[in-house]
Amino acid sequence: MTTLRIKNVFKRYPNGAEAVKGVSVEVGDGELVVFVGPSGCGKSTLLRMVAGLEDVTSGEIELSGRVVNDLEPAERNIAMVFQNYALYPHMTVRQNLAYGLKNRGTSKSEIDSKVEAAGKLLQISDFLERKPSQLSGGQRQRVAMGRAIVRDPAIFLFDEPLSNLDAKLRNQMRLEIKSLQRRLKTAAVYVTHDQVEAMTLADRIVVLNNGLIEQVGTPAEVYSRPDSTFVASFIGAPPMNLLSATLTDAGAQLGDQVLPVQTSLRGDVQLGLRPERIKISQSGSGASIEVTIVEELGATRLVHGIVGGQNISVAVDAELPVPTGQAVISFRPDDAHFFHATTGRRL
Amino acid sequence: MNKAQFGSPWMPYLLLAPQMLIIAIFFLWPAAEAVRSSFYLEDPFFGTGTFVGLDNYRDALSASDYRRTAIFTGIFVFLVSLLSLSIGLMLAVSADRVLRGKSTYKTLLMWVYAIAPPVAGLIGVMLFDQHIGPLVDFAAIFGWDYRIGVNYWDTGITMIIVATWKQIPYNFIFFLSGLQSIPKSVKEAASIDCSSQNRRFWTITFPLLAPTSFFLLILNIAYAMFETFGMIDLIVKDQPGNSPVTLVYKVYRDGFRGNDLGGSSAQSVILMLLVLVLTIVQFRLIEKRVHYN
Ligand SMILES: Nc1ncnc2c1ncn2[C@@H]1O[C@H](COP(=O)(O)OP(=O)(O)OP(=O)(O)O)[C@@H](O)[C@H]1O
Ligand SMILES: [Mg+2]
Repeated sequence: MTTLRIKNVFKRYPNGAEAVKGVSVEVGDGELVVFVGPSGCGKSTLLRMVAGLEDVTSGEIELSGRVVNDLEPAERNIAMVFQNYALYPHMTVRQNLAYGLKNRGTSKSEIDSKVEAAGKLLQISDFLERKPSQLSGGQRQRVAMGRAIVRDPAIFLFDEPLSNLDAKLRNQMRLEIKSLQRRLKTAAVYVTHDQVEAMTLADRIVVLNNGLIEQVGTPAEVYSRPDSTFVASFIGAPPMNLLSATLTDAGAQLGDQVLPVQTSLRGDVQLGLRPERIKISQSGSGASIEVTIVEELGATRLVHGIVGGQNISVAVDAELPVPTGQAVISFRPDDAHFFHATTGRRL
Repeated sequence: MNKAQFGSPWMPYLLLAPQMLIIAIFFLWPAAEAVRSSFYLEDPFFGTGTFVGLDNYRDALSASDYRRTAIFTGIFVFLVSLLSLSIGLMLAVSADRVLRGKSTYKTLLMWVYAIAPPVAGLIGVMLFDQHIGPLVDFAAIFGWDYRIGVNYWDTGITMIIVATWKQIPYNFIFFLSGLQSIPKSVKEAASIDCSSQNRRFWTITFPLLAPTSFFLLILNIAYAMFETFGMIDLIVKDQPGNSPVTLVYKVYRDGFRGNDLGGSSAQSVILMLLVLVLTIVQFRLIEKRVHYN
């Protein structure tokens, strides 16, 4: 079964801005789908159309098998977690959690038991009588999650819920969101511009660019077979090297260097190489690289250099010796990705 | 404040001096003078006064005229505050919902506020004029023979309407900025949690406006009590004594028209005490006011 079906949805804002230009995507039962993309790519707009906070210009949004285009947000059986938490400042945590249930006519005893349960689940039981202003950012975030959980919605909608937290708390909350979602088995759409968040949370990733879908796939698929140079450079850190190369019978020609690749393609392409899939050594066989800068990242080092006149970066295990000056690189031929020289689509 | 910022310890006092001087000359001295003369039976022709203790207060409070004025003032203040607050809020809520032409709407409503009180009073009086006032003609349609300055309540209603009309823009501006300071995402979260717009207003928007409303309530009471003087003066100026007036206007009329300086002083001291109470209430509320975020 499918919980959410977005069918060929367009969005044009009254000022003429085209935020979403024909997007179709489905979210299965219990699935966590992450919309990821750079700022302004339309991911919030898409999410807000699902929530009913924005009108759909054309196309259909279907929730649990029913078209909801013309339903009010409160009638859609969704729950949303906002970036700035959006808690009701004049209500206690308990009242914040209970507000939606009360408006739906839930009985007092059921509200109480739901609030207590959510409080326990999110470890906010001790703060139930406090106002949001008396909570830390992380605690507020939990309350916002609790408010979503007590509604028992068909789908959770998250709009960058962690971006106001510091890095450490962000990692912790990310894990919590994931385990919570697993436990509740409720479908969820999670919007973020952070590819690490996308990779770690998602069952499936939807990469958006400029109002269009670039690629849909599992994190592994998106990482190992990016459909375009955009996805290749957006997913994965450090980003994939993209080099202009000419494919000949000898291999991929980069300036004066020839890199051995396995392909029947010929002509000008963009050659994609993940930094962590390239081996570098001081000497031996392979294309020669002129090392320029070495960045220490802790567990790894990022070696920047020039191959055939083009910049390239290589991730090296910190245990291995640091290459300097003239060195050589090599990679497995099937680790090379080929993209169209001008359109950037995968070949 | 960092003390080291001033070269001399006397500097802050020196800088405050002009303000203090103004307060002393225009408030403390007259206030003290009013308190003093409220205990005297003053000779209006600058003779010496006779000390009469609390007689002036007793006379003022027991006069039926004073009680009648106090009752009218109470009704006047209550209605003007209630009407101008609720109409201002209603307009602000609709303006907040308007997406296009918001600023035009705002400017149009604010114009009234830019009018000086006597001019507003003049316009208001013209609207109710016996011969050219359109509102009098309007009332006549319903068989209401509207007579300002002749009929006590017709005059009173005119005062209430003009005072309310003058104050609506002020409340509108504060309510509108109060509404606009409610985060968009809070309104959106509420629209997910509650399907009834009316209910959302009373459970989310209105409580979040409470600090603004308290503040405006105090200001509106003060306005209705004291700042309506000019407008009332305009309306009752050349009318016989049977017109309703507020307590502040009565102080003026008894003192300067009736030459009863002692009684007028006693009345103004009572008003000062009222202001004091109002101020204390206001500070209490500000202290208690929840600081959202
Ligand atoms: N209310 C609006 N009116 C007009 N244009 C808008 C509105 N909201 C967003 N846009 C435009 O629509 C496009 C997509 O915006 P959206 O908020 O969906 O981006 P986003 O992917 O969520 O970006 P971010 O990561 O910065 O939040 C942007 O170009 C933006 O300028
Ligand atoms: Mg966004």
